[in-house]
Amino acid sequence: MNPIIPIFVALPLAAAFLIMIFGKFIKNLHIFISFVTTLMLAILSVYAFIYVENGLQIYKAGGWEPINTIPVAIYMVLDSFSVIILCIINLIGFISALYSVSYIRQYTAKNNYYALLCLMIAGMNGVVLSGDLFNLFVFLEISVISSYALVAFGVGRNELEASFKYQVLGWLASLLILLGISLIYWQTKTLNIADVKRVLNTEYSIPFYLFIQILFISGFGLKAALIPFHAWLPDAHSSAPSPISAMLSGVLIKAVGIYVIIRLFFNMFMITTEIAILITTLGTLSMVIGVFLAIGQWDLKRLLAYHSISQMGYVVMSVGAGMILISRGKKPDVAALAIAGGIFHLINHAVFKGLLFLNAGAIEYRTGTRDLKEMGGLAPVMPATSATSFIASMSISGIPPFNGFFSKLIIIIAAVYGRFYFLALLAVIVSIVTLASFMKFQRYAFQNKEPDRKNRAINEVPFPMIFSMAVLAFFCLALSMLAFPGVREAILTPAVNILMQSEIYTLQIIGN
Amino acid sequence: MQGMSVIVKKVTQLIAGIIFLYGIYIIIHGHLTPGGGFAGGALIAGSFILLILAFGSDILKLKQEETGSSITENIAILMVLLIAVMGLLFGAKVFFINYLPVGTAGKLISAGVIPLYNIFIGIEVAAAILTIFLALVIFKEESTK
Amino acid sequence: MTVYILCFILFLVGLYGLITRRNLIKIVISLCIMEFSIFLMLALIGYIDSGIAPIIRPDTIGQTYVDPLPQAMVLTAIVIGLATTALLLAIAIRLYGKYGTFDIREINNLRG
Repeated sequence: MNPIIPIFVALPLAAAFLIMIFGKFIKNLHIFISFVTTLMLAILSVYAFIYVENGLQIYKAGGWEPINTIPVAIYMVLDSFSVIILCIINLIGFISALYSVSYIRQYTAKNNYYALLCLMIAGMNGVVLSGDLFNLFVFLEISVISSYALVAFGVGRNELEASFKYQVLGWLASLLILLGISLIYWQTKTLNIADVKRVLNTEYSIPFYLFIQILFISGFGLKAALIPFHAWLPDAHSSAPSPISAMLSGVLIKAVGIYVIIRLFFNMFMITTEIAILITTLGTLSMVIGVFLAIGQWDLKRLLAYHSISQMGYVVMSVGAGMILISRGKKPDVAALAIAGGIFHLINHAVFKGLLFLNAGAIEYRTGTRDLKEMGGLAPVMPATSATSFIASMSISGIPPFNGFFSKLIIIIAAVYGRFYFLALLAVIVSIVTLASFMKFQRYAFQNKEPDRKNRAINEVPFPMIFSMAVLAFFCLALSMLAFPGVREAILTPAVNILMQSEIYTLQIIGN
Repeated sequence: MQGMSVIVKKVTQLIAGIIFLYGIYIIIHGHLTPGGGFAGGALIAGSFILLILAFGSDILKLKQEETGSSITENIAILMVLLIAVMGLLFGAKVFFINYLPVGTAGKLISAGVIPLYNIFIGIEVAAAILTIFLALVIFKEESTK
Repeated sequence: MTVYILCFILFLVGLYGLITRRNLIKIVISLCIMEFSIFLMLALIGYIDSGIAPIIRPDTIGQTYVDPLPQAMVLTAIVIGLATTALLLAIAIRLYGKYGTFDIREINNLRG
């Protein structure tokens, strides 16, 4: 029993409510509390990363021990795959809170903004750490409802319409997830993820579980913005304030979408070939259609939002290819390489997409526009922003030596070894089209000649924004070290092992 | 905002106190009969909303009331977290453990720390629903001025 | 088995209302109908034949109770549904202030 696991959920909750009480009386208290809370969470998550070398950590809420080896408590589980997503959430949360210190000057009601940001971080930490299906649903709702309110934060016409569309589709997806959870409870009479796996090993009726799997793919696929369910993403991510766009597109669609799909389909259900082919097809469609919809966009943040759909397609396609190889029962080392490539691309995308949205926010803060045709010639006057956005554009297009090149290389090599030649060809074509799209962004925003700006001088952005962008640009270079064998054994290989060998996961939690 | 007619005002004067007492009864007996924190909190909020709708109020008093209920809601949630954290200090180091003595089944003062949770959750739900109602009424009053 | 099929028919009625209605408030009401049908199905899953209410009293020690876990799940989900409906209605009221209408065919500023 490890007492630091509930601190990840209890600390941001306490911070959010303290900000709401004392923020009315003391000025600038909200900046201080949110900065201290996110810094402590970031340090704790790095400490948990070192701590999990000893094995899987469990926390039973209330201290209820199992009765006749049936688990009756609510379990919170910290293993090697959760700790990677936990580090991403807390580090990008800290960077986003630091960036908001100067970005938020154009809004009133600053207390509500910081309280909602802390609640969103608390909800996402809860989703990643939970080992119980209904607990996952409750924390999913906490984080997603906070994001609905944050998208509608500057109350203009576009933000309210985007938030309403996002809410209706998000609530429908949550209802489908709740229906799936109730059907699982009906068949197996238990809610613990490891215990459901143990019951499913003995009895398994195919049509019933196919229905539940389709419900889960629809529900969580809508949260992760895969292709038939992507209609809310361009409006919501382009209308939110820029640090919230970086959090939403960089962390939320991963922590409550892709992480839960990977966790449930590897560690809870048995992998069948039809579901694996379905997941791979959805990933491939997202990858291709996302990038072809993104080329024709002239609004900067809508362009970045459509590219999010495409990069998430890379991750899902790679994980799906690994599932196909596992379900056929041959070449387990190629499957491990594919899944490792998917998780590596997940980490990279959080960093460079967050950096791109922060750059878009910096450009909008100084020039007041988001249209690419109205910008131009910003490179001499905003040197830090243009340098970091050049690094981020090179990362997302897959140019060495930045981190995007290594993760896409691992995905393409795994596809070739597993004889999925068509998928490898599509991945290369989509990468070239992404490069073209970002060359357009660089040229129109930074290199063109400057339009007349009606005597409005443009300087560099204030210091907190420059510092947060520089930290993310440093991580873009440093994360390419994850491809080398020594570092990969320490970070990525334990995560892949805990996913592929799900009997060890069940054994360590229930112990039978 | 205006109040309602004389019949509604008279009936409200008779009934609002009874609804408030019924809500408190459901909260306190949460471990013996169905109900608990959520249902009792919704009833208490209902009695306050009935008073505001029947008698009307001007906008300055509504704003003061919204500040008060918002602070009450946040303090009640912090008390729930505090009770959960105190489990770390007494005995085994877990959250949410039941550390007060558990009496016999069926009596009012029993079941450890659960009645305390019910009371604070009831206060929190009542204050939250009242804050939502007051925020919507203040927005409507300010936009039709 | 027929009660579960009736709950699913209620879910489909709500889905029909969500797709074909144009007024914002009617969309919110259809979403609430769908959510209540899932709560009903969840509470009915925990029924055991000839069981009584799951409250321990001194005179009902050895009898069969119905399953109390789905009832706790439904209580939590009702509160989540309350928060979501309140946020949806607040944004609908703000949209009426900005656009002057509740019709979703008029509110299509973001496109492409």
